[in-house]
Amino acid sequence: MNVTLSGRLVVAELAKAQAQIAAALPEPDVTLDLSAVEAMDTAGAWLVVTSQTEIEERGARCEIAGASPVQQELLEVVRQSMPAKDATAKPRHSFFDWLEAIGQKTWRGFQGLIEITAFLGAVVARLGYVALHPRRLRLTSLVHHMQQIGLNAVPIVSLMAFLIGIVMAFQGAVQLRQFGAEVFVVDLIAISVLRELGVLLTAIIVAGRSGAAFTAAIGSMKMREEIDAMETLGLDPIEVLVLPRVLALVIVLPLLGFVADVMGLLGGAAMSWIELGVSPGMFQTRLYDSVDVWHYVVGLVKAPFFALIIGIVGSYQGMKVGGDAESLGRLTSTSVVLSIFLVIVADAMFSVFFAVVGV
Amino acid sequence: MPEPRDAVIEVRGLRTQFGDHVVHDGLDLDVYRGEVLGVVGGSGTGKSVLLRAIVGLVRPRAGSVTVFGTDMLDASDTVRQKIEQRWGVMFQDGALFSSLTVRENVEVPMREQTGLSPETRRALAELKVSMVGLPAIACDKYPSELSGGMRKRAGLARALALDPEIVFLDEPTAGLDPIGASAFDALIKKLQTTLGLTVFMVTHDLDSLHAICDRIAVLAEKKVFVTGSMQDMLEVDHPWVHEYFHGPRARAAGFGSKG
Repeated sequence: MNVTLSGRLVVAELAKAQAQIAAALPEPDVTLDLSAVEAMDTAGAWLVVTSQTEIEERGARCEIAGASPVQQELLEVVRQSMPAKDATAKPRHSFFDWLEAIGQKTWRGFQGLIEITAFLGAVVARLGYVALHPRRLRLTSLVHHMQQIGLNAVPIVSLMAFLIGIVMAFQGAVQLRQFGAEVFVVDLIAISVLRELGVLLTAIIVAGRSGAAFTAAIGSMKMREEIDAMETLGLDPIEVLVLPRVLALVIVLPLLGFVADVMGLLGGAAMSWIELGVSPGMFQTRLYDSVDVWHYVVGLVKAPFFALIIGIVGSYQGMKVGGDAESLGRLTSTSVVLSIFLVIVADAMFSVFFAVVGV
Repeated sequence: MPEPRDAVIEVRGLRTQFGDHVVHDGLDLDVYRGEVLGVVGGSGTGKSVLLRAIVGLVRPRAGSVTVFGTDMLDASDTVRQKIEQRWGVMFQDGALFSSLTVRENVEVPMREQTGLSPETRRALAELKVSMVGLPAIACDKYPSELSGGMRKRAGLARALALDPEIVFLDEPTAGLDPIGASAFDALIKKLQTTLGLTVFMVTHDLDSLHAICDRIAVLAEKKVFVTGSMQDMLEVDHPWVHEYFHGPRARAAGFGSKG
């Protein structure tokens, strides 16, 4: 059978020619006549070549007629670069693949935990070394990071804590008024803000703000081979990049926690006054009388540990960035999620610990 | 080429600037159908900026860019899109979409602009990948798993996905080993002769210029200082151009000698 192809045999109009050839495919012997083809691109040539291969594979003959020298050359180019047919298609996802994926994910999770612990060890070892050689501490870098992480975060942390104080007072007021026990709102606010919320929410904000920034900064340095360059110059990346960041965070997070405590109490006092008529003087007296200072200590004791978690996770994820921009984005979000998760886990463990100890 | 020359790209009086820094001022350039034009110039003379201005990524302050007889700066979005389908651009590092595999990258223009069936698309993408000299296993790899040279080739495969009439290449052979670079040159030459491709190539590679460029345009002093064949270049009396085409590397590439 003779199939006469005509017009433009190009990618935009391939479907028409495909249908025309498909109708002729079952015929015993086929001649593809290209003499009326005005233009042919690689897609057109591909169609001609694949059709010919397909027909010849079932033992029939297929001839190509009427091709101009340029078209013939193009057909030859395409024929030479036809990829070898892959005989086996990829198997569908089975139950076992799914099971294997879960197993591998779990295993990777454990490995990640081991690696992050090893990284913590490396940082602590460096810290010990720097403690013995204090002149190696990068003071400028440390102060710069303290400003970035601490001072620049004061407005957002204050606002957040103030609003939390307001929310606690308002919610507490609604409940306590039913019993005529309005004055207990002070205990409610003070204990929840000082013991838990002030530090925990500050840590969460810092994880989102600075933990992500650590990963992005160290990660983009890793991507542009700056970290490799440091090592060839005899600089230790942990000492230069990680230590100042982690130290700054450990110093500054308790201070931010303190700011949050004060602002939380202020917000609570303001709302108690407006909503319940508890005057600032009464708020203060009640605070002194009935709220143990241990609540405040227990809250702030946790801050350096949270700081360590955020700093180590952020820096470690940054060090894991590979050569592509995609991993940078992925690891930055992993860093935030993981550090917030671990901070909350640590907080839960502290709660259990303090309950057992009895403070 | 003795036949009447049909300019597919005409740039007239182009002026581009970033802030106070003027890159081009009154630049004129013609690119003729079916030729390979090599654009050379020192660092910072705006070779890549010229390419970006022609394809519409940089908006010029003044002048006109006419492609296939359409003024690209005045054209409506629909008209411009029609023209854009007729060219392909290969960026310096391939500029592949990092979340897609190589094959999916090549399929992107086909999916957006043609009604091909998924099987055909897949087969055509595999053909393109193999045409630019990548092994079949590269199809299912992500750009981050490829070497720089392989990313370039994959970028070319994507630029060629729709068999465009013009291809813009930004330093196609930079960073390739000499064997890979010659293979790249040969590939571009082969595509140019079989498909009648017009190639606009920004390059530093004297071997490429010698091997495949029909014409060379030299950027200097904020405009196209001179255009012409290799032989013409040798006679230009401008210090930079002279140094470029008579320097030790140029001699090694076969310039200056007969043949």
